[in-house]
Amino acid sequence: MMSGQTGPVCVVLIALLVLWYVGAVFMNAPTQIDRYDRADQTWTAGQLIEDTLAQDRPILPAPHQVAVEMYKTIFAIKITSKRSLVYHSWVTLSSTLLGFGIGTLLGVLLAVGIVHVMTLEKSLMPWVISSQTIPILAIAPMIIVVLGAIGIKGLVPKAVISTYLCFFPVTISMVKGLRSPQVIQLDLMRTYNASKWQTFWQLRLPSAMPYLFASLKVAIAISLVGAIVGELPTGAQAGLGARLLAGSYYGQTIQIWSALLTAAFVAAILVVIVGWCERRVLVRMGVKS
Amino acid sequence: MTLKQVVNNVAEMLASKKAVVDINKLSLTFQTADGPVYALSDVDLTIEEGDFVSFIGPSGCGKTTLLRVIADLEQATGGDISINGVTPHEAREKRAYGYVFQAPALLPWRSIERNVTLPLEIMEISKEERVKRAQEALKLVELNGFEKKFPWQLSGGMQQRASIARALSFDADLLLMDEPFGALDEIVRDHLNEQLLKLWARTNKTVAFVTHSIPEAVYLSTKIVVMSPRPGRIIDVIETNFPNDRTLDIRETPEFLEIAHRVREGLRAGHSNDE
Repeated sequence: MMSGQTGPVCVVLIALLVLWYVGAVFMNAPTQIDRYDRADQTWTAGQLIEDTLAQDRPILPAPHQVAVEMYKTIFAIKITSKRSLVYHSWVTLSSTLLGFGIGTLLGVLLAVGIVHVMTLEKSLMPWVISSQTIPILAIAPMIIVVLGAIGIKGLVPKAVISTYLCFFPVTISMVKGLRSPQVIQLDLMRTYNASKWQTFWQLRLPSAMPYLFASLKVAIAISLVGAIVGELPTGAQAGLGARLLAGSYYGQTIQIWSALLTAAFVAAILVVIVGWCERRVLVRMGVKS
Repeated sequence: MTLKQVVNNVAEMLASKKAVVDINKLSLTFQTADGPVYALSDVDLTIEEGDFVSFIGPSGCGKTTLLRVIADLEQATGGDISINGVTPHEAREKRAYGYVFQAPALLPWRSIERNVTLPLEIMEISKEERVKRAQEALKLVELNGFEKKFPWQLSGGMQQRASIARALSFDADLLLMDEPFGALDEIVRDHLNEQLLKLWARTNKTVAFVTHSIPEAVYLSTKIVVMSPRPGRIIDVIETNFPNDRTLDIRETPEFLEIAHRVREGLRAGHSNDE
């Protein structure tokens, strides 16, 4: 993050908060007015605003309600409790990271194969691309049920879904990256009679680093989405997706929103970590800072 | 044969220089979508050990193509060529030459020292030996002190010098240079020409040098090969006889101007065929 970005970011955040509050008032107003009518209460605008922002099960929770709920379930509760968002985040995060790791490895290996072996390019690329056209919400329950039937439950099926989603951007970016060296550099390696492996290790792989990190940022965010999607269909007990599901079953909209925002923060932190790794690697590779 | 004749023949054999590159009726035709392109047509040339041969000609005359055929970066479609007695492919496998491109082609993620040691790493030479050779090569091009810098921190001329150091680092006897100073300004070019000449005199390598510039070709070479396009062929081969310790001042002497004139005439003759 460059310095000088905090100002504009804060302004945008404040604007979003204001919009959120206004939105909350307007979206919760109909049910609130309904409540007043049934209790035969007269009401003022000020009272309306105050009450819409403090409902038990609002349609759109106010920011402070979500903040209080997040504080209660993250900081004011034991991490090992089944209600702690830290616990649920960890469950989701563990399958995210496992899926991300395997997906990245798979993506890199596929890309290396596609670039070096002609037949692999013609036979694999169409399948790689068409694999992503199937809606994940359709595949996820199938994967979980099939793997559950052979006794694999919990972390691994969700990691499989994450892998499925995140290997694609890594493959595509790495193929482009491994093909990015200029003709003059490839000629140079030819004049040294370098083997294919030497050309890969000394030229293609370093050239592909910027492409790899760009795709890793996409991959880790989408890996988190995959883990959450994996928790939705079959009623999992733990994880951020499970919290979202439980919240929607019981009409606890504040719970839904706090799980949602936590997932967003976790994704943001993961992308920042990848960005930080990228900067360290690129500095070591002598990129102009 | 008398004894005197035998002695003379033996003396001649011992004194004559080895042919490093032997080209016989070489042809290269590219088959393109709109017909064949005769990049090289019936080229005959011998480059002897210790020669500094310049190839000069207008764009499209095949000089870079010829250099690339010697380097086994292109394959000829007719005739034959041998380097140190073997095919270009075998010469490339033995790493018999160093190639300097038009652009520095340094790997941006490696420091200057590690760029110069790249061919040595590929040849699996030990680390201490690599560092030693890199130091020597960088000293030859006067770039000591810049080992740990990255290419983007060097000027164009310095990057090209690093590229030359890289081509020298593994001590091949043949140096192939494709317009190495083409992208640099005149002052830097003059300086690098002087440096290259001193280097050649000191290391006794055989150099094949492609250039656009007549003064550069005449100043540096022992032999100037004038080429012309469509089809790519040799118009004239001019031998020069300048002393090895010449300076840039020689460019104003009458002998220099006479040879430059001859080169210019050759170039004009080649061009007038397609007026």
